[in-house]
Amino acid sequence: MQYDYILIRYGEMALKGKNIKAFILRLQENIQNKLQDYKNVKVKRTQGRMFILLNGHDPEPIIDKCKHIFGIQSLSLAIKEENDPDKVKEAALYALKKNDAASTFKVTVKRINKDFPIRSQEFNHVVGKHLLTNTNGITVDVHQPDVEIKIEIRNEATYITSSVVQGAGGLPVGTSGKSLLLLSGGIDSPVAGYLAMKRGVQLEAIHFHSPPFTSERAKQKVLDLAKQLTQYGKSIQVHLVPFTKLQQEIFRQIPDGYAMTIMRRIMMRISEKVCQEQGILSITTGENLGQVASQTMESMNVINEVTNYPILRPLVAMDKTEIIDIAKKIGTYETSILPYEDCCTVFVPKSPKTKPKREKANHFEAKADLSEWVEEALQNIETIKITSRQENTYENLF
Amino acid sequence: MIYLDNSATTKPEASVLKSFEKVSTDFFANPSSIHPLGGESEKLLHQAKDQAAKLLEVARSEIVFTSGGTEGNNLAIKGIALEHQHRGKHIITTAVEHASVYEACKSLEKLGFNITYLPVNQDGIINVNDLQAAIQDDTILISIMHVNSELGSIQPIKEVGAITKKYPKLFFHVDHVQGLGKVPLSLKDSGIDLCTMSGHKIHGLKGTGLLYIRNRTTLFPLFHGGAQEQAKRSGTENLAGAVSFVRALRLILERERTHKHELLQMQQYIRKELEKLPDVFVNTPLHAAPHIINFSVPGVKPEVLIHLLAENDIYISTKSACSSKQTDESKILAACGLPKKRTTSALRVSLTYTNTMEELQQFMGILRRNIQQLKKVME
Repeated sequence: MQYDYILIRYGEMALKGKNIKAFILRLQENIQNKLQDYKNVKVKRTQGRMFILLNGHDPEPIIDKCKHIFGIQSLSLAIKEENDPDKVKEAALYALKKNDAASTFKVTVKRINKDFPIRSQEFNHVVGKHLLTNTNGITVDVHQPDVEIKIEIRNEATYITSSVVQGAGGLPVGTSGKSLLLLSGGIDSPVAGYLAMKRGVQLEAIHFHSPPFTSERAKQKVLDLAKQLTQYGKSIQVHLVPFTKLQQEIFRQIPDGYAMTIMRRIMMRISEKVCQEQGILSITTGENLGQVASQTMESMNVINEVTNYPILRPLVAMDKTEIIDIAKKIGTYETSILPYEDCCTVFVPKSPKTKPKREKANHFEAKADLSEWVEEALQNIETIKITSRQENTYENLF
Repeated sequence: MIYLDNSATTKPEASVLKSFEKVSTDFFANPSSIHPLGGESEKLLHQAKDQAAKLLEVARSEIVFTSGGTEGNNLAIKGIALEHQHRGKHIITTAVEHASVYEACKSLEKLGFNITYLPVNQDGIINVNDLQAAIQDDTILISIMHVNSELGSIQPIKEVGAITKKYPKLFFHVDHVQGLGKVPLSLKDSGIDLCTMSGHKIHGLKGTGLLYIRNRTTLFPLFHGGAQEQAKRSGTENLAGAVSFVRALRLILERERTHKHELLQMQQYIRKELEKLPDVFVNTPLHAAPHIINFSVPGVKPEVLIHLLAENDIYISTKSACSSKQTDESKILAACGLPKKRTTSALRVSLTYTNTMEELQQFMGILRRNIQQLKKVME
């Protein structure tokens, strides 16, 4: 006997009304996508449930992969058995013994198929007794058991599960439209992207780089971060904007105190243009209230003036420590702290205004002539598609 | 040439050498250099780690490239001992370890550490009850080899791991140098905190290797410097060595999956043939690694036999190469409680996947003749 299924429980999407089908189909597609390297593994839907058919594959790595898929509340290894009391008893015993850390258990029987000869409560006792007589030192604890053996007697078969692995929750990526993530290479923006994805958002990313002030490694770092994010969803298009000349012009033409503000406004305008071209409906940033000069209430007000696209700011109310915790959890922290210069650290005004004003920003922009450079930056955007596949450019060396 | 001394070292695989040459030529920049060439080297180093991690089913951050088995064992043992000595100064190892473990432990005794050397049975295997009994409040490290280099005995690593898991203060180090690619060992499920591997035992290059260090395991480095390898092993990375090691690792693990039964068949053949010879004792236990067979020919000096075989272009060894220049008696066999006439007359044949049955038939024929000849002379 072996575990041949992974049972998937839906998260919040289970609450959706008529639209639920679309959510489920998307989740199924996302799971299939994630598991495409495993031959013969199938993802099936039945009423209210989704199953992964393992077909002989080791369940552990598959569960590990699925843990990161948004839309899944929890996962359990399951054994599928005929609706035969003896066979179900044996399967329950197997499930319990597989859990070697357990010293207490509880059996919960759910009888959906009323043709099954034994009623739920009674079968509960039958299975419990079978488990007690065939194990040593394991007892029943109905309140806080180490293992809960769940037996679901459905029309087509009976499913026996034990351990429950927490899923990532949220909504399946791709059910909430696309957003353009401003990805800098720091700690915050990947976390913002992750949280947006958790709400079903599919990401594209935009990065402003300033070679030769910023290096190839800084660019690679951003691509690596995007790759890390693909773990939680789909492939991500990264739009790399060459920002060097424009940035130099900004700092030449705009007074020092407003250079940073204007730079951010121009980033917003370029981002909105990319959104329009790609059919993206919102912009996601790692902004956080009060963290740096560009993230004061006043700055946000002035920077936001240039776009009427919704800006998602998933981190706006978080503390830095909370953001770092998530970054560590999702595996972006190590990459984010690599000490390469980026476009926001190379050109730093001596004293950026923390309380800029819209009128002033507009005034300085009207006096300056930056449109040529903006146009050039837009013309030279390089787009790279990042997939979750492990690509190995030096394959022949290993 | 019939080369049957693969536990001492293996012949580097041609493609591994090619990798080494290619990386040395094209990626010579220092991975720590800021310029793009350095960036390329760094990227390759990351990929080497990713590949190694994938092959061993561990995390990238748990891989530290070393110069081989001796460094790996020393870094693991001294590193843990020095870093965690405030927790306790007791270390448990066995009486049959490789010199790099044994001597590292001996050196710690001079620093006030207290070492328990677990005894082994006639098959060279420890008793896990002895191990359990040896654990004290101040025990900080257990270091046990997976496969014995002289006998091929396999230690119960999983059982030891299960025991050490119960003691949160305890680190568990495994010397996997002889077992790698021959006897499977799952790092993830065996409660192992540190695990040593060496390149030249798996058709890689000498001076290459890897130490697995489980995440959240801190140790005192042997080398301080530029904080390479997460500051656990400073020094400019041997990129060509690392890449070529990973290639050797991939190849040996593939062979282990597909060709292990052939090793076993060859080993069984030698065992059967040796058992036919009068006054020859097979020392390797029945359940052992598939590539080592140790036997004794009492009354015949092993060195003489080795020289006679070498005249026929056949190469085997006495005991482990790292101890073969010392006294005649095998410390390992003595620890197994074998009589002196066997411990001083032991020979080791060690195989690899490129050996063939024909080679072994030839070897057995010549060995048989040589033993008869020597017996006549000695009598």
